[in-house]
Amino acid sequence: MPKITFISHDGKKSLVDASEGQSLMSAAIDNGVPGIDADCGGECSCATCHVMVADDWFARTGGPNVNEEAMLDLNPERTPTSRLSCQIKVTNALDGLVVNVPEFQF
Amino acid sequence: MAEAVKWESDDIDTLDLQQIDPSRPDIFQTDRWQRVFARLRAEAPVHYCANGVDGPFWSLTRYEDIKYVDQHAELFSSDGTIVLADPEEDFPLPMFIAMDAPKHDQQRKVVSPVVAPMNLKVLEGTIRQRVQTILDGLPVGQEFNWVDLVSIELTTQMLATLFDFPFEDRRKLTRWSDVATADEFSGIVESEEQRRVELYECLAYFNNLWQQRAGKGSGNDLISMLANNETTRNMPPQEFLGNLVLLIVGGNDTTRNSISGGVLALNQYPGEYAKLRAHPELIPNMVAEIIRWQTPLAYMRRTALSDSEVGGTLIRKGEKLAMWYISGNRDESFFEDPHALRIDRPNARQHLSFGFGIHRCMGNRLAEMQLRVLWEEIMKRFSFVEVVGEPTRVQSSFVKGYSELPVVLHAL
Repeated sequence: MPKITFISHDGKKSLVDASEGQSLMSAAIDNGVPGIDADCGGECSCATCHVMVADDWFARTGGPNVNEEAMLDLNPERTPTSRLSCQIKVTNALDGLVVNVPEFQF
Repeated sequence: MAEAVKWESDDIDTLDLQQIDPSRPDIFQTDRWQRVFARLRAEAPVHYCANGVDGPFWSLTRYEDIKYVDQHAELFSSDGTIVLADPEEDFPLPMFIAMDAPKHDQQRKVVSPVVAPMNLKVLEGTIRQRVQTILDGLPVGQEFNWVDLVSIELTTQMLATLFDFPFEDRRKLTRWSDVATADEFSGIVESEEQRRVELYECLAYFNNLWQQRAGKGSGNDLISMLANNETTRNMPPQEFLGNLVLLIVGGNDTTRNSISGGVLALNQYPGEYAKLRAHPELIPNMVAEIIRWQTPLAYMRRTALSDSEVGGTLIRKGEKLAMWYISGNRDESFFEDPHALRIDRPNARQHLSFGFGIHRCMGNRLAEMQLRVLWEEIMKRFSFVEVVGEPTRVQSSFVKGYSELPVVLHAL
């Protein structure tokens, strides 16, 4: 099971066991990681599962897809490694992934 | 706009489906919309009305179909208008909610920082102070209109803050908000001509503020942002007016009616009020639930850009669709016991009231914060905000709201 670390805005770390094939958002929700709302249920249409991927992991998660880009682009608090966690699929290649959760979802 | 024809029978359960026009404003004023939409969800979830108040249109009434259309802005356009009435050719009001990408995105991005979470964190202290002042000034044990003294006052003060609008003139914002969405059914204006005159007064007032603030660096208010940003500083007057109307209505009617609706809902479901007293930590979830229950904007309109299927029904290019958020939020296949207020409803946040996709409500976090702070402060002061008479509902199929809600406050 790939292990994922979510770091909250005040530095608290949550280490979760994710299942291959699920989204990073689902892994966060299933494990009670705070700060992820996911109001649309994982369909890339509310942007409330925003995370900032750790710099050295960003290349491996890949950049946002077209629909995701449209949603992220409207967030003034976006950073260069911002992603919507519902659009990141957990794979074994992401074992050890580190992402930061923003203080607020927009 | 055509005159609304009275239904021959008032029995919504037996009318021919073709006769049903869910956009009739009177069904909202008389609070009969639940049965209309329950019937459409069950019998004709993608429903065609040939003789609507504003011409023929499709109604989407199920949660999933509404969400699908909202998510596909590339198939279903917002260009021109987001209400069923087509724009007046001699009085267009371009605003970014009624634009498609890329212009929508460009204009929205100019003003969205004012309601971004980091800015809201700064604003929360101001909001709390204003809420405290308003609540401390209310009469206890004596009947008054909650809409006027709390819902309107609080949202208008907030809007004045966002615009850095002269505080003593703030009720002008309330008036312009009402006028902007008025039609011949609402009783707010006597004629379309009067409506335009008042909206031009709004434009003139704001033009003055714009002139004062243009070229003065980067103020943190909405007018300074529009006046000093490269994308928007050369906006034609009518487009400036359109975007003002959007920000005024978006930041006013919606939260106002959720503030009133919350009080009404908690009185209709006293068990939930008891739950709130026992568990004030439920307030954040209750706020989402109130916004679901109230659904302050009943629908948004789209126009099909090509022939496409929704819920198994073919919609032709150019046809109008109303996404009835008010119905999707009461869809029994998505929300359990949907008509009830349940302040601990697990999926309350998945309501449709903010929309989904690129047009999702820009001020959603501000609205939630205003409601949260208000309820936190109410619970510190009053044991019961008691509704003591029937509310007066607004005659509109778009703004689902109240003009009067008589209440009596009980001290702790």
